[in-house]
Amino acid sequence: MSRVEPAGDLGVPLQRAGLALRLRALDRTLLLWLVLAAVLVFLVVNPLLRLVLTSFQAADSGAFTLANYAAAYGRPRYVQALWNSLVMGAAVSALCVLFAVPMAWAISRTDMPAKHLVRLGVFGAFVTPPYLGAIGWILLAGPNAGWLNRVWVALTGADSGLFDIYSFPGLVFIIAIYSFPYVFIFTNAALDIVSSEMEDAANILGAGMLRTTWKVTLPMVLPAILGGVIVSFLEAIALFGSPALIALPARFNVVTTQLWQFFSSPVRVEVAAAYAMPLLAVTVALFWLQLLLTRRKGYVALTGKGGERRLIRLGRLRFVMLGYCLLIVALAVFLPYLALSQAAFTRAWGQGLSFANLSLANFQYILFEHHTAQQSVINSFIYATWTACLAVGLAVAIAYIVNRQLLPFARVLGFLCMAPFVIPGIVLAIGFYAAYAPPPLALYGTAAILVLAFTTRFLPIAYANASAAMRSFNPEMEEAVRILGGSRLTALRRVIAPLLKRSLIGAWLLVFIPATRELSAAIFLYGPNTRTMSVMLFDLSEEGNFEHLAALGLLLLVATVAIVALGYRAIGRDFMLRGGS
Amino acid sequence: MAKLALRSLCRKFGGVAAVDDFNLELQAGEFVSLLGPSGCGKTTTLRMIAGFIPPSAGTIEMDGKLLSSPSLTVPPERRRMSMIFQSYAIWPNMTVAQNVGFGLQVRKLPSAEIARKVDAILDTVHMGHLRARYPAELSGGQQQRVALARAIVVRPDVLLLDEPLSNLDANLREEMRFEIRRLHDEFKITTVYVTHDQAEAMVTSDRIAVMNQGRIEQVDAPFAIYNRPRTRFVAGFIGRTNFLEGKRAGDEIGFDGFSVKASLFADAQRFGAQVVLSIRPQAIGLTTREPSAANGSWWIAGRVTQRAYLGEVWDYTVAPAGAPAGGSTPLRVSAPPTTMVETGAAVWLEIDPADVAYIP
Repeated sequence: MSRVEPAGDLGVPLQRAGLALRLRALDRTLLLWLVLAAVLVFLVVNPLLRLVLTSFQAADSGAFTLANYAAAYGRPRYVQALWNSLVMGAAVSALCVLFAVPMAWAISRTDMPAKHLVRLGVFGAFVTPPYLGAIGWILLAGPNAGWLNRVWVALTGADSGLFDIYSFPGLVFIIAIYSFPYVFIFTNAALDIVSSEMEDAANILGAGMLRTTWKVTLPMVLPAILGGVIVSFLEAIALFGSPALIALPARFNVVTTQLWQFFSSPVRVEVAAAYAMPLLAVTVALFWLQLLLTRRKGYVALTGKGGERRLIRLGRLRFVMLGYCLLIVALAVFLPYLALSQAAFTRAWGQGLSFANLSLANFQYILFEHHTAQQSVINSFIYATWTACLAVGLAVAIAYIVNRQLLPFARVLGFLCMAPFVIPGIVLAIGFYAAYAPPPLALYGTAAILVLAFTTRFLPIAYANASAAMRSFNPEMEEAVRILGGSRLTALRRVIAPLLKRSLIGAWLLVFIPATRELSAAIFLYGPNTRTMSVMLFDLSEEGNFEHLAALGLLLLVATVAIVALGYRAIGRDFMLRGGS
Repeated sequence: MAKLALRSLCRKFGGVAAVDDFNLELQAGEFVSLLGPSGCGKTTTLRMIAGFIPPSAGTIEMDGKLLSSPSLTVPPERRRMSMIFQSYAIWPNMTVAQNVGFGLQVRKLPSAEIARKVDAILDTVHMGHLRARYPAELSGGQQQRVALARAIVVRPDVLLLDEPLSNLDANLREEMRFEIRRLHDEFKITTVYVTHDQAEAMVTSDRIAVMNQGRIEQVDAPFAIYNRPRTRFVAGFIGRTNFLEGKRAGDEIGFDGFSVKASLFADAQRFGAQVVLSIRPQAIGLTTREPSAANGSWWIAGRVTQRAYLGEVWDYTVAPAGAPAGGSTPLRVSAPPTTMVETGAAVWLEIDPADVAYIP
């Protein structure tokens, strides 16, 4: 039966199945997969490993030591900064709940008018870079010259203004006003799937509207609210931009600003690594907690999208609710952008809006005269383009490996892709510095280290999207290509890529947009020629020239809006809502 | 030499054998079905033939060349096979003609020839007028035809079908069974067809391999599978049947309250001490008149305990007369619509010994 035949292109003669032939019969693409796995180790595992190792190494000899920890926690003010971050995070979370939960409830469950306007406002707050908002609020509530204070003085004849943004409460406020959308999104999504029948059941038993909301509806969405609280807490303690703009002038520190100070000359990366550990630990622990909360599925998911939904009639109260929502939207979006625009288009923002004061000179200066500003705009968009391509490319390849189980331990690769999600950007930057700044790679100050750090940072967004797209894709589509004679790569090119195009463009934009404005990793890794727009904004704020600052900020914003608009047109308007996180 | 040979094929998933010691040879142009309940390993076998999964043990050979073994698996794209999937896997980003022409394109045929072949095969499956449509604009049956055309147009060495009709409604399924057989008669492609539907397998196949728990129970032509089942599983899985279990003593086979002479049966010398017989409900005649004399048939007296009218047939349940109350299994009898008997009536069952299958 097993007659030997000459080796054709099909099959292998029975007697000659030697090693070389076995290798030839192996998928040629296997090598590619192994390379991708190595890339992941380079991007995720090594920086984290080096971060931990560095924290235990003496700067000069590399010998094991605990001295870095002693230095990092040796002074009371260093410990105070840690404590400040915790208090700040807790206060921000509380404020977020106050802002977001009534809004989410009003939009999801009541007949409040103008819901679209409110949603648009929340979306605006969500896409505003927090440091840009912070600059707007410096213009609004700076101790003497801020617009709100000037209005207060003019109205009451008081000696001094009412607000001082350069304070701990000021910092908490401007972080919360840009992170409440997390709580909003979580709560709103949960409320949307609570069936009205649940509330009807309580009503039938004699409970009034308020009592029902308080005793039935809110407890059901409590896990979702807690999830949002955790995310906003973690956002707050990992944030660098707003604390740098507010806390440094106000002469107090939080973890992130303290880390930055360990990095300003001389760079003490070992101490920074040791000091970053609590931030990392708290983040990992809280994300784990959040995972537990969502795993339990609360009570909500169990009921599914069951039953008809009816809106609660608020009567006149609905205008009160609308007023509350619009106030928050105004604080987050309307007022700061008004202040920023005013500053950007005037010669001197303090002189108010007069025709003589109007000018485009700030844009002219930023785009054409300033020695590095123009370069920083170009840098930001080039780096973001690279980042989005690398992150999405890598994410697609890994999602594919995991989904098709092409390699043993493929799940580990998927886990590594999601791991940066729980690493604050600032901690990641220190890890990258520790791993790739010294020789042999010596990448410090190059565009490469920024792009690689951004790629790692936003890989989870790309991966979550790519993985969801891959799961929705029937593997038989691809098997049909292969059995008809096409290779895996043919399948990728002719079938998978065209079918996943829309989701992948969405993922690309979801990486590109935050990458254009990334600050907390860039500030640790940029060099003289690799400033990004966000770093530039930070530099300008130190110079104190708010007109130029506002002009650059508006440019960033206009560019983002244009890209989002392009995304809308290309793939439909819901791509931001399907976001990865 | 066999076109396709599966030898001692074995596939384990996490220590559990999904396919176990599977042996099958297909001659060129033969149409063989793998038939069995879900989870019996038939799809796993098919995917091993296609090269999507390697075997844990055993080999697959085509034209005497090794395709699969635990250490070496020729990838699917180098096997010159085609496959039709349960979901059809018609690519939604390509038109009907592009879908069908894909395999020819991969084979780098000149585009004029591709167009000619695509047109010809689309006409064969009656889809020529829809060549420019996208799959989303097609019905399930039309998508099925596209899948067939796409698989056949490349003239594969082996055609594999994985439950291709399970997503169609009943009428269409019946039509497509004949369509698949018609295409096979026209193109004579060696075919392996996986299904859990016995009617599909009977209509389409030259031979049927009945599978159970990863093993082949019996491989035979449809007629033999139905009329000469060799295992209890095959008899029970293909169509309905009555199992009679008895003890042999000399020429007498005793059942629960009645008996039969072993010499009635041509293959009686094979019978052991324990005898299991399978008798199809429609192989049993039912009459209210007492039989006059022995005519070579096996007669059993009984009483109708239940009946149901199904339109095409009467479905009677008859308890043998000598059986102790609640003892023996009652016999199911399919009688023509004109044979009408009240529940409780005394009846005689007539069985042609040639229609009785002995289960070893």
